[in-house]
Amino acid sequence: MLSRTADHLYWMSRYVERAENLARMLDAHYRLSLLPRAPEALMQGWNATLTSLGMMEEFHKLHPEGGAREALHFLAFDRNHPGSILSCLSAARENARAVRGTVTSELWETLNATYLDSRGFGGNTAYIDVANFIEWVKYRSHLTRGVTVGTMLRDEAFHFASIGTYIERADATTRLLEARWRDPGGAGERLVSEASEWAVLLRALSAFEVYRKVYRESVTPWRVTELLLLNPDIPRSVHRSLFDLLRNLGKVHNSRSAETERYAGELHARFQYGRLEELCAAGVPQFLDQVQERLNGLASRIGADFLVAS
Amino acid sequence: MSGKPYDEMLDAQGAPRPHCRRYMDWLQQQPAELLAAKRAEADALFHRVGITFAVYGEEAGTERLIPFDIVPRVLPQDEWRRLETGLKQRVRALNAFIADIYHDQDILRAGRVPADYLLCNAQYRPEMQGIDVPGGIYAHIAGIDVVRADDGAFYVLEDNLRVPSGVSYMLEDRKMMMRLFPDLFTQNSIASVEHYPDVLLENLKSVAPQGVTDPKVMLLTPGAYNSAYFEHAFLAQQMGIELVEGQDLFVRDDFLFARTTRGPQRVDVIYRRIDDDFLDPLAFRSDSVLGVPGLLTVYRAGHVTIANAIGTGIADDKSVYPYVPEMIRFYLGEEPVIANVPTWILRRPEDLAHVLAHLPDLVVKEVHGAGGYGMLIGPAATQAQIEDFRLKIVAHPERYIAQPTLALSTSPTFTERGLAPRHIDLRPFVLSGREITIVPGGLTRVALREGSLVVNSSQGGGTKDTWVLGS
Repeated sequence: MLSRTADHLYWMSRYVERAENLARMLDAHYRLSLLPRAPEALMQGWNATLTSLGMMEEFHKLHPEGGAREALHFLAFDRNHPGSILSCLSAARENARAVRGTVTSELWETLNATYLDSRGFGGNTAYIDVANFIEWVKYRSHLTRGVTVGTMLRDEAFHFASIGTYIERADATTRLLEARWRDPGGAGERLVSEASEWAVLLRALSAFEVYRKVYRESVTPWRVTELLLLNPDIPRSVHRSLFDLLRNLGKVHNSRSAETERYAGELHARFQYGRLEELCAAGVPQFLDQVQERLNGLASRIGADFLVAS
Repeated sequence: MSGKPYDEMLDAQGAPRPHCRRYMDWLQQQPAELLAAKRAEADALFHRVGITFAVYGEEAGTERLIPFDIVPRVLPQDEWRRLETGLKQRVRALNAFIADIYHDQDILRAGRVPADYLLCNAQYRPEMQGIDVPGGIYAHIAGIDVVRADDGAFYVLEDNLRVPSGVSYMLEDRKMMMRLFPDLFTQNSIASVEHYPDVLLENLKSVAPQGVTDPKVMLLTPGAYNSAYFEHAFLAQQMGIELVEGQDLFVRDDFLFARTTRGPQRVDVIYRRIDDDFLDPLAFRSDSVLGVPGLLTVYRAGHVTIANAIGTGIADDKSVYPYVPEMIRFYLGEEPVIANVPTWILRRPEDLAHVLAHLPDLVVKEVHGAGGYGMLIGPAATQAQIEDFRLKIVAHPERYIAQPTLALSTSPTFTERGLAPRHIDLRPFVLSGREITIVPGGLTRVALREGSLVVNSSQGGGTKDTWVLGS
């Protein structure tokens, strides 16, 4: 397959996945905002999210006095900001358009329709609309995934698209966790239990029921972290994402890629065999930063081995 | 040639022509709401599928639909047979002409075509002189624009031998028609067109460089922002070949390679949808980033086939068009089956004088113009436009040809005020490989504005499904 084609497929999937995870982050904020919390807590939460996404500086530049409303608009609807959900959906569609001959017609049509429909959102940031928007983004992402899995030939195109999905997902889960850890929440004058705040994160990641099944006890930060990092079976954990990534990476092996496979395998092994206490000895956010750095390293290696011109 | 236009479906008395009777009966039985719903459905489907084209001069990334009309254009079997014979004859002669021009130039020495017309023409590529191409074929894909005049006869209006486009609309229009009105296809015997991509791929393979047994064919596009990108992606997908941009290809040791996830891969045949000028920055325009540096060297070494060949523009230039009937006589010893539209060549003083005296009645075309840009339609122009054009002609008569204003035939078409006649043309796609093949019919373009004669999509034209009926 052409390197450029592989590159477009990889980014197509990354952008779809990124849009979905941004929607999940907004979902967490939306749910938190319904809990009885002090008004400052709301903005602290947004600050933690923007920091974990590395978008704080950009946000302050555009909205020096920005509050929750601006933050929401910035992450969801701002078409001039390449990191917003609407921009991601448009980028996913542009990448698909560049390789529309390689993806199935159904997949292209799904992404195109998502983009066409997305142009109707963004005028209103009333909460009810935001809730609908979040649901819509997740639904379109589910649909895209279903069409991908249900129609695409299991060839290189599929594998490169999958690699994009899983590397983005692993990264996003670390950022969601990081935002939660960095948010002091209701600390001090506590109106809401810590458990409810963490339960919100689980729900945003569609992992609340799973948590109950696995632990059968109350929600604690440590267990949520363990579940989302190390559990091998829930689809959005870092461990699972790396496992799925590794599987697809092996299928596109070429004469240059051995070192990249080793690098990915080593990272995966830390999640497969590591203990949370040891991995996070220096602090959870510190470990998450380290993982994000490693994932970046992996992404550049994949780029160099497969996606840029030989 | 300027009487009442010929209607493709209705005779002079307004009754359906025999071959359209069954369709018109059916149409009359359809409730208006149903037809309106079907038209809306077609629009929605085309949008979702992304069958759009970009319009030059509009905001970047603007995508528009080409309007689709749900009334088909119907050709009876015997008319198609005659057209097919004439088209094959014409393309055979055109290929022979290009081969001759780039080799011995017999036709020039015989004085049948003026030499200075050709050798001083910007479309003549001296780089091609003496190069042998596989099978002696230059125009592998030809789009020949055919119109029917008020006398009921077909004329060739224009030959497109460089990178003719539109075939994807022929295929998508048929798919749409079958989806909207499946009954029609069981009631009528309509020749299929779906096999076009297979025939095209077979043809491209058949002209691979000598000695290549399993040729690797790729489609070269200028990229996603080109107005015809949809078609490029569509054809590549239908043929199951890679869609490449210039940056995906490179030249090493006189061979052409693609950059792939598994390293360099040899390329044997390029179906290019890029103009000559942009193909190779080392040989042609040095500022081109669309092409592949060194491609011409590989071509000259015979290690890659480019379809269409470089330099085919020499045969579809509007200044050369008047000589095509002469080519048919010279190379094939036959009389043309389909006539040319009578044409005045304005660098001839007597033609110029005649045209200047009759500007309000004529169509004047720029010799190098395309896409309906840069032409004067006398009867539709204002006095000021005519005078403006007159100055341009007098300044550079050699840049123009003129033709009588043809009363292009019409076909019933859906408009905002119901069915009404609109002018149409036909672009059949003629494929030349080991043999010449034409998928029955072609692309019918329709001028949707009342009275308009311009069918180009960039100028508000639409398309129709084209039926060739079985006997």
